[in-house]
Parts: sequence; structure tokens; C-alpha cells
Amino acid sequence: MATKLTINGETKSFDAPPDMPLLWVLRDILGMTGTKFGCGIAQCGACTVHVDGKAVRSCVLPVSAVENRAITTIEHIGSTPAGSKVQKAWLEAEVIQCGYCQSGQIMSAAALLASTPKPDDADIDAAMAGNICRCGTYVRIREAIKLAANGRQS
Amino acid sequence: MNAHHDVSRRALLTGGLATGFLLAFHLPLRAANEPEQKDVTDGKFAPNAFIRIDETGRTVLMMPQVEMGQGTYTSISAVLAEELDADWSKVEVQHAPPNDKLYGNPTFGLQVTGNSNSIRAWWTPLRKAGATARAMLVQAASSQWGVEPSSCKASKGEVAHEASGRKLGYGELAHAAQGQTPPKDVAVKDPKDFVLIGQPLKRLDTPDKVNGKALYGIDAILPDMKIAAIANCPVFGGKVGKVDDSAAMRVTGVRKVVVLDDAVAVIGDHMWAAKKGLEALKIAWNEGPNAAITTKDIWQNLREASAKAGVVAKSTGDIAKALASGDRFEAAYELPFLAHASMEPVNATVRVTKDSCEIWTGTQIMTRVQSEAAKAAGLPVDKVIVNQHLLGGGFGRKLEPDMVVAAVRIAKQVDYPVKVIWTREEDIQHDVYRPVYRDQITASLADGKVSGWKYKVAGSAVLARWLPPAFQKGIDIDAIDAAVDAPYDFANFHVEYVRAEPLSVPTGFWRGVGPNNNVFAVECAMDELARKAGKDPIEFRRAMLTKNPRMLAVLNQVAEKSGWGEKLPPRVGRGVCVQPSFASFIATVVEAEIDDIGEIVLRRVTSVVDTGIAVNPDTVKAQIEGGLIFGLTAALYGEITIDKGRVQQSNFHDYRMMRINETPKIDVTVVKSGEAPGGIGEAGVNAGPPALRNAILAASGVALRRLPIDRTLLAVGKKA
Repeated sequence: MATKLTINGETKSFDAPPDMPLLWVLRDILGMTGTKFGCGIAQCGACTVHVDGKAVRSCVLPVSAVENRAITTIEHIGSTPAGSKVQKAWLEAEVIQCGYCQSGQIMSAAALLASTPKPDDADIDAAMAGNICRCGTYVRIREAIKLAANGRQS
Repeated sequence: MNAHHDVSRRALLTGGLATGFLLAFHLPLRAANEPEQKDVTDGKFAPNAFIRIDETGRTVLMMPQVEMGQGTYTSISAVLAEELDADWSKVEVQHAPPNDKLYGNPTFGLQVTGNSNSIRAWWTPLRKAGATARAMLVQAASSQWGVEPSSCKASKGEVAHEASGRKLGYGELAHAAQGQTPPKDVAVKDPKDFVLIGQPLKRLDTPDKVNGKALYGIDAILPDMKIAAIANCPVFGGKVGKVDDSAAMRVTGVRKVVVLDDAVAVIGDHMWAAKKGLEALKIAWNEGPNAAITTKDIWQNLREASAKAGVVAKSTGDIAKALASGDRFEAAYELPFLAHASMEPVNATVRVTKDSCEIWTGTQIMTRVQSEAAKAAGLPVDKVIVNQHLLGGGFGRKLEPDMVVAAVRIAKQVDYPVKVIWTREEDIQHDVYRPVYRDQITASLADGKVSGWKYKVAGSAVLARWLPPAFQKGIDIDAIDAAVDAPYDFANFHVEYVRAEPLSVPTGFWRGVGPNNNVFAVECAMDELARKAGKDPIEFRRAMLTKNPRMLAVLNQVAEKSGWGEKLPPRVGRGVCVQPSFASFIATVVEAEIDDIGEIVLRRVTSVVDTGIAVNPDTVKAQIEGGLIFGLTAALYGEITIDKGRVQQSNFHDYRMMRINETPKIDVTVVKSGEAPGGIGEAGVNAGPPALRNAILAASGVALRRLPIDRTLLAVGKKA
């Protein structure tokens, strides 16, 4: 039986086992490769997407659990106000190195700003500690979130 | 250059010229689908392997080095564009195809990105390439105008004749410039005239990294492609015995089980099917002779080996005499195995037909991947196409071709393309690990200074495996790099190396490479010697840096910027590290706090960096920030251990990474310098562990001699 999901405002219909994590549906069935595989056990955050505006780890999220929910991915986050601010601030602060974890970082940061428009350091730690960056861009991630929150980017 | 390279290169080039920069990273996929295209040089200016300018002025720069986050696409482009006097806004980058002759790293003679030497190795060749192209464009304009080339000036993609006010864009000149004879020995710019080099230019690769468009190797998608998950024999060197695939084949979406001699792969419609299929397999492994090995055995062997005399790598003065007098100090420092754990797990996509093999991956060694894939496929090298992607971290892991070779062996058994993805568990458990090292330092003190310094490095010779011609007279020049190149003025100085390969565990390059062990041992010993001499660690070092003004200058600056000497609360300490690694001079101070149970809180890190001419000072800063975190992560958490011949760690829950909430304030200052550029990608990694360890020594009095940090030694009331 076909599974139906609402992703980035569009309805997608496809065949997938109900226990298949959303991550692999996005990447291997729908060809949306912006969401990344990092660990498969919700330890690194590279696979972060939004479900009803909340940041979740798609690598452990069965597709059957997100039918009738609004899913947003990195490909579409720029069309949300918080996401657009975060993307601009990320470039302004030149956060990114290899960039592989940054889809997830940006999704976590966008969810944070959508719910907490002026986060302090503790809010940032709480929202971002689930996202690992092996290149070590954390200092700039913190700076960019503040930049996005304060709207100071040029 | 053989014919097939030519086709591949032209396909890449032509495709790129037809698309914008943002599309350039998508190109490998497109090129593969359009293998035959017309020659790039038609109507275009292609003065050398690195520069292509078309009639519209679009300037495509071919990248001989790979982008894995270190910013090299932007820095290399800046060097080329500077001497070319290109219009930076029209610059696009493309990855060069595999070709050692055209794109081989001048240091290695191979297309290798590593050892922090992209800028160092290419600095002069690329400046000359850019300047030659600029001279040809100026010649073309001046001959069109009938004026002397010396009366014309190039700037921002145009040649101008100031006297007459005439101007021609590089696009307008492209065709005529192609017909010019390249000047034999062209002059490069005086650094005072640089307009791009030295500027914090925005990175060219990052706009596509905020919206999911950037394509890494793992993002390759081909028509009819299937996905494979792999299980390598858990014991190093072991083989596959019996495989019962009956349950796996019943998993929805599983297509095939491929049994190799040392690994089993399950191919499915998607990774979920492949992974579930793999879990459903019943594999009996022939574990072989390494099945009982433990970390303890490995350390016992290394300690025994390090007790033996080594090969002398450098000796000045009279070390025996110097060590016979003065106040003697002896210590051994031990470093664990480490995995790379780049965020993009190891992967490769391969399509094999009876007369071709095509690869999509992100690798630090394009030509070696090509030749190793050819061997695995049983095809001539010119039948192998390698499509380079962005790397989701390299750190040395992708200086190995093993993941591509495995994927070729799997893809040979099917008639469709296969993307082979290693789970994080496979990635951690089948790495080539940063070797275990044991570094012994024997020193003597006289008059508050080091009077004799004997340093013996024992560990794996990665170079002997990886680049055998570089392994001469029993000395691994990487393992002793920063041992022989110590920054201090030691009158009696002696370095030895003992090659000691760990039982069964494969070893490789890991970000920071050999200097990781050297800088740690040297800087730990220097702090212990300072205490023995009753001196402040920075003051003690200064007295032995009088012949090393660049090192001394950054040390003095970091002392000031870090607040060195200012009073701290109890169980808080500052530690220093100086290092002359990769032709950069870096001084770092870490300030850390130890709580009652021995847990570490990083409070602040300050680094001052003299890397010579900083092509992109913001990239230098970013590399040091990231490198520090990479190194501090290892110091705090990094250790791969072995039991029953297997790696015990498997994922980020037990092979931990530093996270944002543990990250201190990091303040990096890049010193202005006119010296030749140094390397920077690895250097920050070296700095963190010894500076943190010395901060712990200052805070607690405990002189740790092993990494990762053992908290049980640091709890209140404990003695090392």
C-alpha cells in the first residue's frame, strides 16, 4: 500500500516498509539528498528535519509515524523566516567547512529560532548539543545563531 | 596523458563552461552521462591545465586539490586569480580529473590532498600559471592595439591601455590570447600588490552547503542504482566462512547478497533494506590468527619495542656527555589508536561493465583510487573514470582507496550501479587508525635550561606502507617530523625512531599526522622540565627560543592575549603549547577547570598563528578553531581499543565527539607576515592536547602521560 507524506508542502506517494526511517525514504526513494546520514542512532543530528516545526532525527523516525504530519527538509527551510535568517547568518559568519553536518545544524538552529527568537547561550547549548560537527565549527555556529537572532547580518 | 583521461577531462571542462558555478558541483554526475563532448579549447583561452576563459569572460579554474572543508577551493582560486588579475565575481571552480601529470601535487608527484600542503606545494606553480595567462592576455591586447605590452595593465578581468583609454575584457581577448606564445619565465607580483591574497574572501563552496544542494560522494544517484550495506570481517585479517542468506533474502527490497573473501554485502532497493538484510544474515567468520588480540597485547609489544635502540634520525652535540651531568628527567608519553569518524561515512558508488568502471566518490587520492579500482576491476587504468565529489570530511581517512576497492568488487557482481555505504559502525570499526605511539624523552637541565635532549619515537611507519619510496633507512619522516624540527635551542640534541607496527591493526594518516605525537611529547616534557627548573612554563620556553624569532613572537603574543600569569581560582589552570609544525608557527594557551570528580571544563583557548602569508586569513582562523576542537576531542575522549581482535567502539555513543555545549571560547589571532605560506589544516589539531594537558598539570599538579585524559587520576585526593 502506498505511503503518503507531506514534505515541504507537497504530497509524496510511494511504497516503503512502515518501519523504514524517514531519512532513507527522503534519500533513497525520493532522491532528496540534502538530509544526511551520519550515525543511524540519533547521536549526531546530521539527519535532522522538522516535523510540525520541531527538529527531529529522521534516521530513527519510522515513516509510518509521520503520515499526516508536515515535514520540512533542508531543501525547503530557506522559505521559512527563521530558516532564511539562519542560512544568511551561516554564510555571513562563514560557519561552514566540509558542510556535511550543516544541513542538520541549520535545521536545529531554525527550529530553535522559530520557538525562541532571542536564544541565550544555554538555549543554544540545549538546542544544538545533539548536532555533531567533526570540523569543529561550533564557535561560529553559536555566533551565527546570535547573528540570525539579532538580525545584524548584512 | 592517455586518450581516456582526455575525454573525461574535456567532458568535465565543457560541461562546466556551459553551467554556472553553483552547478559546477553537480557536474560529475552530468559528465558521466555525457561522455563525449567537443574540445574545450575551441574559441576559448586555455593557457595551461588550471585556467579556462571563454568568450563571455567566464573564468573556470581547475582545482588540483580536493575540498574537504579546509577551504582550499577558495584559497587556490585566490592564488590563481590574483596573478591572472581575474574578475573574482566571474570565477568558477571545477574539480580536476585524475591526472598526476597535469594535477599531481608537486610535493608527492601524485594527486594527493594531505599534509597541509595544498598552498605550500602549489604556491609558486599556480602563481606562475596565473601570471603566464595574464601575460598572454596582455600580449593579445597590445598586439591588437599596436602598442607595447608594457604600456598595458591588467586588472579585474580586463586589459587597459591607459594612454589611449582603450580596454578589452578577458572574454573578448580569449581567442587571440590562445594564439599567443606563452612567455618563458614570467614575473609574479610583488606581495604588496596583492588584491585577493590576504583578503578574507567569502568561500566559493559554502552557498550550496546551506540548502542541501551540495553533492558529496554519498549523494550520487544514478539510473537503476541500488544501495549496498557492507559487513567487513570484525577481526582484522579474518575471512568469510559460511554465509546463510535465507532470512536476508526474505527482507523486502533485498536484491542480492554478495560474498567476498573478507566481507559480505547486501544489495537492496534502499539502505534500509540493505541494512536489515545485513542484520538478517548469518555469517560464520574464519577469524584467523588475530582473533585473540587485545589492546593490552598491543601496548606490551610497543613498550618492548620502544625499549630497544632506534635508528638515529638526528644528532647534534654530545648527547651522552650532556645527559651524564645536570638534573636528569625521563618520561614516556603514550597515545592511543584513533578513528577518523568524518561525518560522511565511508562510501563509494561504482558501475562496472565488461570494459569500463566508473566511480563516484569523494577522495583525497584520485589517481590512486583510479589505479586501485582498475586492479580490482581487472581493467586497464584508462578504462576507469573517477568522478570527484565534495568530501564530508577527510582527515586522512580518504587517503586510502579501500572503500572504492570494496565497492568495485561488489559492483563487479551485478549489472547495475551500486552505492556502497558503510554504516557508522563499519566506519569506526574498519578504519585505518592513527597509530599508537610511545615517545620517550630523556633530558638534562643545567642553569635553568635544557642541556641535553634525547627523544625516541616508537610507532607505526605509515609512510612505509603508503609511500614506500619515502621510507628510507628505517626512518618514518612523518612520525619524527616535529621531533627533529623542535623549535628550541637545544645544544645537545638526539632523535631516534623505532618502527613498531601494532599487532593486526591497520594504521594510517590522521589529521595532524606525525606532529600529533611529537608536539604532545615535546610540549608535555617542556612543562615538566619547567617545573623541575622552578620556572614559569612560558618563561622557561622563551629562554630557549632566542634563535627562533617567529616562534618567540607568537609565544609572547599568546601570553598577553590569554592573560597568562593572571590569578585563577583553585583547580583552574592554563597550559601552553608552541609548535613549528607544517611551516607554521603557533602558540596556544588552554585554560581549563577540573571538577571534584576529575571532569574537565574547557574555559578558554587562545592561539596566535604565524603562517606566513595567509592567503585567506578567515580560513586560517577557521582551520585553527576547528583543528583545536578536533585535537581537544581526542584528548578528552578519543581512544579505540581492541578486544578479541575487534574494535570495541562502534558509534558516537562510545566514540565520543566534543559538542557545542563543551566548546570553550576560542580566540585565534592571525599574525600579518610576508613569509612564504605555511600549512594550516592540521596544525590546530596538534596544539590542543598538550596545551590542555599542561593546563591540567597547572591546575592539579598531575602530570598526565597518556591520552585520552584519565579522569580517575584527577578526582580530588587522587595522585597520579
